[in-house]
Amino acid sequence: MLRSAIQFDTLRSEDCFLADSTTSRVSLTLESSIDSVNKVEQTAEDYAQRAGFDEDSVPNIAMAVREAAVNAVLHGNAYDPGKHITASFETTPDDMIIRIADQGPGLDPDTIPDPLAPENILRGSGRGIFLIRAFMDEVHFRQLHPGTELTLIKHKTPAQPGT
Amino acid sequence: MSMKVNTRQVDGITILDLSGRITLGEGSVTLRDAVRDVLAKGSNKILLNLGDISYIDSSGIGELVSAFTTVKNGGGELKLLNLTKKVHDLLQITKLYTVFDIKDDEASAVAAFTS
Repeated sequence: MLRSAIQFDTLRSEDCFLADSTTSRVSLTLESSIDSVNKVEQTAEDYAQRAGFDEDSVPNIAMAVREAAVNAVLHGNAYDPGKHITASFETTPDDMIIRIADQGPGLDPDTIPDPLAPENILRGSGRGIFLIRAFMDEVHFRQLHPGTELTLIKHKTPAQPGT
Repeated sequence: MSMKVNTRQVDGITILDLSGRITLGEGSVTLRDAVRDVLAKGSNKILLNLGDISYIDSSGIGELVSAFTTVKNGGGELKLLNLTKKVHDLLQITKLYTVFDIKDDEASAVAAFTS
């Protein structure tokens, strides 16, 4: 299995297909913008489809990855043009693994308010990490000093073909 | 794909027919501006038709909540109409399904506003 990572400053859809057809892992380095969030989301959807996830799981995986990318761009890097986000996508026989990292001040997951608590239910924000945890099987936080890396893991079911 | 808004009036209720994606950036801002425009014109009974909303993220959910509280705090009413399964499921898991007044029929939704 090839383990090499491919770095793109910008990702075009044809790059993504080429990378996926020859490797099991791709790594993107992108600017801190909404456009990058959309690219990361689209890549997650493509990967999840080719990993064999069903039509209900694919949009949920894509949404979780989008939320992680939004966190990295908005809350981590605060749209700073001098900072980048990285996103890596990997499929193994058992899992799809996505890592999203920023260069921000760091995020302590224990300080995130519960969006389901009565005092927070009408807040206009703060549901991103909750949705990530709702749609993925495992979510891990790692402090990068500076920055935060989120690892999102979705397990394949036995019925899904390995890639 | 960005979000589009069509505004119409039915029996004194302002119906906003939304289509596309309500996400961070353009979609959320478009929704916020549309609700502000309605309120600025003196109407505070708003029905958001989400039947053609293909996708909503946490920012979009937050924008719906903000619109709801803004209208309610101003003495008005905001209801949701025609949720897709995806939006329905998102409001369920975020426990917002019981916060909003949600309808699946336009005529009954319009009639449900207080006169």
